[in-house]
Amino acid sequence: MGKVLMKGNEAIGEAAIRAGCLNYFAYPITPQSEVAEYLSKRLPEAGGVFLQGESEVAVSYMIFGASACGVRVFTTSSSPGISLMSEGISYITAAQCPAVFINIMRGGPGLGGILPSQADYFQSVKGGGHGDYRLLVMAPASVQEAVEMTMTAFPLAEKYRNPVMILGDGLIGQMMEPVEFPDQLKSEPSNKDGWATNGMDTRGSATRNLVKTLYLVPEELNAHNLKLKAKYDRMIREEIRWETYNLDGDYRVLIVSYGTMSRVCRTVIDNFKAKGIEIGMVRPKTLFPFPKQAIYDAAAKASCRAAISVEMSMGQMVEDVELSVKGLKPVHWYGKCGGDVPTPEEVMEEITKLMAS
Amino acid sequence: MGKAFHRPEALADVVTHYCPGCTHGVAHRLVAEVIDELGIRGRTVGIAPVGCAVLCYNYFTFDFQEAAHGRAPAMATGIKRVRPDLVVFTYQGDGDLASIGMSEIIHSANRGEKFTTIFINNAVYGMTGGQMAPTTMPDQRTTTSPFGRKVLETGMPVKMAELLSALETPAYIAREALTRPKYINRAKKAIHKAFSYQLNKTCFSLVELVSTCPTNWGMTPVDALKWAEEKMIPYYPLGEYKTPEAGRLNPAAGRKHAE
Repeated sequence: MGKVLMKGNEAIGEAAIRAGCLNYFAYPITPQSEVAEYLSKRLPEAGGVFLQGESEVAVSYMIFGASACGVRVFTTSSSPGISLMSEGISYITAAQCPAVFINIMRGGPGLGGILPSQADYFQSVKGGGHGDYRLLVMAPASVQEAVEMTMTAFPLAEKYRNPVMILGDGLIGQMMEPVEFPDQLKSEPSNKDGWATNGMDTRGSATRNLVKTLYLVPEELNAHNLKLKAKYDRMIREEIRWETYNLDGDYRVLIVSYGTMSRVCRTVIDNFKAKGIEIGMVRPKTLFPFPKQAIYDAAAKASCRAAISVEMSMGQMVEDVELSVKGLKPVHWYGKCGGDVPTPEEVMEEITKLMAS
Repeated sequence: MGKAFHRPEALADVVTHYCPGCTHGVAHRLVAEVIDELGIRGRTVGIAPVGCAVLCYNYFTFDFQEAAHGRAPAMATGIKRVRPDLVVFTYQGDGDLASIGMSEIIHSANRGEKFTTIFINNAVYGMTGGQMAPTTMPDQRTTTSPFGRKVLETGMPVKMAELLSALETPAYIAREALTRPKYINRAKKAIHKAFSYQLNKTCFSLVELVSTCPTNWGMTPVDALKWAEEKMIPYYPLGEYKTPEAGRLNPAAGRKHAE
């Protein structure tokens, strides 16, 4: 299949189907309602399940119930909706069920706005719900990447028996770009019979399976949390993904940026280059696990005088950049969080000030 | 001589954590007997609530999921939509279903989800230590209504069977009690019907069971049974409130069962 022109939200819906996920529960919210609209037509056609739940809270538990049966299942929402789903996400991680949550971020806090934002970094990466848990968080910077990450998310969720989150901003959902869909994946999670509540007859077993999150004995709860931690540690060893831009030359400033913002920063870097000024960039593709070492190594270069986290938030990822740079160089932040994406000129002005200081 | 009374296969051979005189044990047994009789243990998935019955999966011998407070109907919806061949039931108390889970139960019932709910109404929060529930009777003392439930401040007890019957979507809704053998036998029949409607993919089904909580009511088990019959049953009339065949019924007006 060649390239087709698709809106991000619709492409994400199609990508899930092609990843073998035919089960979708959702609640409408701007700016991602097109996923539900697209799938309400497309899933019945593909023999799948589409259901609009009564709230994001209920949807997160529909996802929980379905994923605990060992089927591929996903939902999409936007910031305030993800807040409501965060209760369920905590339970799903505790119960070790695979599922995919897609957040097409809008501005916050509260109702905030409906335009693009990256203000849910903390919520996604540090845990929006209660308890010690992590999500594997991937941040696409194009519609094509949103498709690829969505398709990768299902096997990754099953590998770790943990939810995976695709963290896109409103632009990723709303813009149209040419996309090419990779080959279809197989649809059944492997090794599910060991844990899924899919009925004893289904798996030909005399032993029942139990999906639960309550551990009243302190030693048992601690052991359970250590087991979860071991998975998150394995994600750190095996799943860190990032991309670099213009790190070959003697760059004076290192930009760290992700998603739509990183595309603006590429233009910033190209514009500076035209003026004979080298700026480099590390773009995290996974936000958890975070490419700490790559950022440290890039900041360590002798020519690099400072790092700057450019994000559509009031300074969230910058904390992880600071942890990565370990005090080696000064770390700055620039961002806006009203829904208007910072322009290349605005970012350049900020970096020019930085170089002058 | 054969064995006349035995433990259902669906019920585990273990000691429960329930208090003396608690009617959860009776409700568990009725569910297990029905599951045995229908021969569905191998394709049943139960959903445990939050509350005293959160550990009920320890007492059944088939697949179980444990929900968050009030969310069992959403989980049941998730299962039934992706695996309609499985038999799914939620087992929920009154704090779980009628308070924090009100939205989930109403919308599941209104969508006509093909699962069964066993609703234990003992007019109090049990696991958290006897706080007021939406079903707590007027003037009933609880740890959060120490001077008795004042209806001017907290409203009248919620009648879930009546409330759910008001929805236009066809359903099977019944209320029975676990206070004496006659009612227990009727409760068993209602649970059997509820699961049968699910097996036939007919409708959503819910059986509310008027139950006791001697510990949190501060009564002996015998006094608790008496209190449930004298105070609760007159307010929570027993019988079928809705069937897919007859539609809405009014047990309080004398017509107890649609036959």
